[in-house]
Amino acid sequence: MRILKLIFTSAFLGTVGGHAALAKEGGLPQLDVTTYPTQVIWLVISFTVLFFLMSKVALPRISEVLEERQNKIDDNLAKAEELKVQAESAKDAFEKSLADARAKAQEAIREVKEAAYAEATERQKAQSDQLHAKIAESEQAIAKARDEAMSGIKDVATDVAASAVEKLIGEAPKDVAGAIDAALKDRA
Amino acid sequence: MANPIAQFEIKPLIPLEVAGVDASFTNSSFFMLFTVAAITIFLVAGMRKRALVPGRWQSVAELSYEFIAGLLRDNVGSEGRKYFPFVFTLFMFVLFSNLAGMLPYAFTTTSHIIVTFALAITVFLGVTVIGLVRHGWHFFSYFVPDGVPPLALILIVPIEIISYLSRPISLSVRLFANMTAGHTMMKVFAGFVVSLGFLGGWLPLGIEVLMIGFEFLVAFLQAYVFTVLTCIYLHDAIHLH
Repeated sequence: MRILKLIFTSAFLGTVGGHAALAKEGGLPQLDVTTYPTQVIWLVISFTVLFFLMSKVALPRISEVLEERQNKIDDNLAKAEELKVQAESAKDAFEKSLADARAKAQEAIREVKEAAYAEATERQKAQSDQLHAKIAESEQAIAKARDEAMSGIKDVATDVAASAVEKLIGEAPKDVAGAIDAALKDRA
Repeated sequence: MANPIAQFEIKPLIPLEVAGVDASFTNSSFFMLFTVAAITIFLVAGMRKRALVPGRWQSVAELSYEFIAGLLRDNVGSEGRKYFPFVFTLFMFVLFSNLAGMLPYAFTTTSHIIVTFALAITVFLGVTVIGLVRHGWHFFSYFVPDGVPPLALILIVPIEIISYLSRPISLSVRLFANMTAGHTMMKVFAGFVVSLGFLGGWLPLGIEVLMIGFEFLVAFLQAYVFTVLTCIYLHDAIHLH
């Protein structure tokens, strides 16, 4: 103990710089061995009491609150995760219905287009048939008119030829039409 | 000038003797109980609301818990969990003792080598017992570092043993010397303020102000160092390097 005392005194003198006050009183109170038992006894008492107060009262309370908070945070995170999944499934459903609607719309458009095309073709066909009929009719009328005109020309030409011959020879020829026919036949 | 070491005197308040041993209730005993009460009030009253979103006081109480829990986790690992109440008690006791000593007229219980030594030897013995229980005879392999040539072991092993045995001394002297030196210096400079009077006292007063701030830092730092070293010793006992 004396050696220890010497070490501490010298160490302490080194730190404090040998203050004059150290000389009296006979050294540091810290080295007064007679005070050691009471200090150790009360240290053991107070430290033990504190240890039990901490481990049985204070620390469980703090850890409880911290745990509660952690649970709450975890809970909320789980809830958020659940909501996120819900939102995602809602989004999927929405997207699916959107795609369905789009497909349906495409189908409807296609149907309408087809129907319109069919109708247009039909109408076009009817129209062209009508036109063709009209054209044929007209062509027939034209041919008839031409034939009529042609036969008219022959009569007129016969009359003209007869009257011309009459004027020239002063007498009405007989069978003008037959002569003309014979002449046309020779030419042809 | 006031005696700068008078503040360290143990003064019996209630003389007491148990089985022939002096167990007087002293100023030191008073401040130890004061520390216990202050810590308990600080934590229990701070947590009384059990708020989900903590207020200022509750935050600090939780912070102290998480600070030591983190310290233990980082230095010891998950095996250190069961020593948490002890390490926490140790830290709070040393911290509040150091801080209580900063109150005017207060007594600093941790400025006494016997107190710090008692704490340190408790840590030392506890850690050694933990090591022996966990590892049995294998615990002594702690003194034989790996990868050292056999010849060097003749020198290394005694050094390891001495350094192991000097742990409680370094642990206790560090805290005791810091507290004693700091408080003595504060008293000395405070004495200068008075003796140099109105004209000359301003400079030591300024130094005194700085030193009080510094001592608050030391009060926290030494409690922290004491706890960290305890954690490191625990780690060594549990993991053997």
